[in-house]
Amino acid sequence: MELIGNLALGLSTAITPINLLYCLIGVFLGTLIGVLPGLGPTATIAMLLPVTFVLPPVSALIMLAGIYYGSQYGGSTTSILINLPGEAASVVTTLDGYQMALQGRAGVALATAAIGSFFAGTVATLLLALFAPPLAEMALKFGPADYFSLMVLGLVASIVLAQGSLLHALGMVVLGLLLGLIGTDVNSGMQRYTFDIPQLADGIGFVVVAMGMFGLAEIIRNLEQEGDRAVLVKKITNLMPTKEDWKRMVAPILRGTAIGSAVGILPGSGSILGAFAAYSLEKKISKHSAEFGKGAIEGVAAPEAANNAGAQTSFIPMLTLGIPSNPVMALMVGAMIIQGIQPGPSVIKEQPALFWGIVVSMWIGNLFLIILNLPLIGIWVRIIMVPYRLLYPAILAFCGIGVFSLNNSEFDIYLMGLFGLLGYLFVKLGCEPAPMLLAFILGRLMEEYLRRALLISRGDPTVFITRPISATLLALAVLAMCSVLIPAFYKTREEAFREEPT
Amino acid sequence: MRNPKDFWTGVIYVAFGLTAVIIARDYGMGTTLKMGPGYFPTVLGSLLILIGIVSVARSFIQAGTPIGKFAVKGVFLVVVSTLVFGLIVRGAGLAVALPVFVIMSAYASVHFRWGPTLAVAAGLTAFCILVFLKGLGVPLPILGSWFGR
Repeated sequence: MELIGNLALGLSTAITPINLLYCLIGVFLGTLIGVLPGLGPTATIAMLLPVTFVLPPVSALIMLAGIYYGSQYGGSTTSILINLPGEAASVVTTLDGYQMALQGRAGVALATAAIGSFFAGTVATLLLALFAPPLAEMALKFGPADYFSLMVLGLVASIVLAQGSLLHALGMVVLGLLLGLIGTDVNSGMQRYTFDIPQLADGIGFVVVAMGMFGLAEIIRNLEQEGDRAVLVKKITNLMPTKEDWKRMVAPILRGTAIGSAVGILPGSGSILGAFAAYSLEKKISKHSAEFGKGAIEGVAAPEAANNAGAQTSFIPMLTLGIPSNPVMALMVGAMIIQGIQPGPSVIKEQPALFWGIVVSMWIGNLFLIILNLPLIGIWVRIIMVPYRLLYPAILAFCGIGVFSLNNSEFDIYLMGLFGLLGYLFVKLGCEPAPMLLAFILGRLMEEYLRRALLISRGDPTVFITRPISATLLALAVLAMCSVLIPAFYKTREEAFREEPT
Repeated sequence: MRNPKDFWTGVIYVAFGLTAVIIARDYGMGTTLKMGPGYFPTVLGSLLILIGIVSVARSFIQAGTPIGKFAVKGVFLVVVSTLVFGLIVRGAGLAVALPVFVIMSAYASVHFRWGPTLAVAAGLTAFCILVFLKGLGVPLPILGSWFGR
């Protein structure tokens, strides 16, 4: 079978000492930033992107991928032990995880989260291996019009799946597209919106925006309410779930994995929405629904499986189409370009060792993670106790040096400060930055594909609905838009995000 | 106005949209067949203005939550310390600019204390010089030209 041969190739790539080492570094860093509230994978990967210049491409991508899915594991630890999400996707885990800890079952909660994540990670890796190659095969047939429609669908999905007001998600997307156009226009060579500033001629770097809006803005927001962190349990004992626990977690883990994997492929929130959706579902169908919010093991198992599955399946659109579905994937695209690899459907064919190496490394990384997060849990408990007041200046310092080293230019530092301010302003106004960032990177690409599509069709705009692939994608986009207007869906969407910790 | 969040977001959208459309007037629209550099920005800018107007209009109809207090001290210190870092990092060098950055931003915390902050600043500066300047070769001086180096 071809798949086995491919996986063997991936294994031989992933298992070299250097790649194993970078996989371990990646998942270690991922767990670390997952455990630390206020530092997410987007800001971390943005900070580390310049460091990956010096690494071989496979090692760099294996490490960066490890940071992302590793952060999903670490996030649950903080949620369970101090009732504060270490990671956005772990918000729902606080509801029942912390309650379990209060009842003296912190160890079991942590074990459930890790087991659920591991199972989900294994399944998601398999899904990636199974579905990515045929999808890439299909994507090779895509013309410019199809790519344009695909991006429209992606942006529409990110609007529909965004938290909060739809109107503002749409506004942020359009604003992001506009900001993405800053710089030299490839067709005419004209400098657009550069205000005669030479550093803007190449456009604004995506990493600069990401660090500003996710790094700086997040720090400012955290400074609004600096609570004291009290770790409930200093010593974790009794990790082993009971027989009854095992029985109760199996079905939620399976359902969580399914929901998380499906939602992860969609553009937008990546792992976050999957966790919310999985929790809502369990609460609705569980025999023990009265226990939810009071320490139900299902309320830990399902969302933790979902967020890890989502983190991994969100690689599928990036690796097969070259189109990122969330800010983290956009940074992965950036990392590939830095390494001289043009992301897109041909990556699997032209760089099989790279693609399959990453896939297999994900499974190995999940294995590392379960070891890092269960037997070594004591280390992380101690790290949670590092006070934020000492942590955030360090994050800022890394952001400052990191952003400078991209182009060796102070200008990027100023821009990062500016985007930090803008990001905070939008957070205060209730607008989510993720759709804007997604649009920011797609802006130029969309314009380029739009131009090409219309040039090929001799200016006939019906090309978008006469080509079958493009028409299907646009129909899906319209359907997604309409679904929001249906009251029932609207209510579900509101509810999905309402599982706020109290 | 019943929803200040909608109102101000709308105002920001209109401001960005108008700026985009007005500047794009100099770029040349071209035709649908051969789009000029002004085509896409004009379309997007107009759309943004429209969204902004809807948002402002909605703010008078639908009630919403107030914006909430701004962390003025946090915003100011974090943003300004970032700008200062950029401003002095080449001239003063990392050994000076980084501690300034760390201490200034750390001051934004309500739990700020000198002792631990100075320790973090010193440790972090040593770490960054070793890793970024020596290890990764980021072209920044340890002590800059202002110190006659």
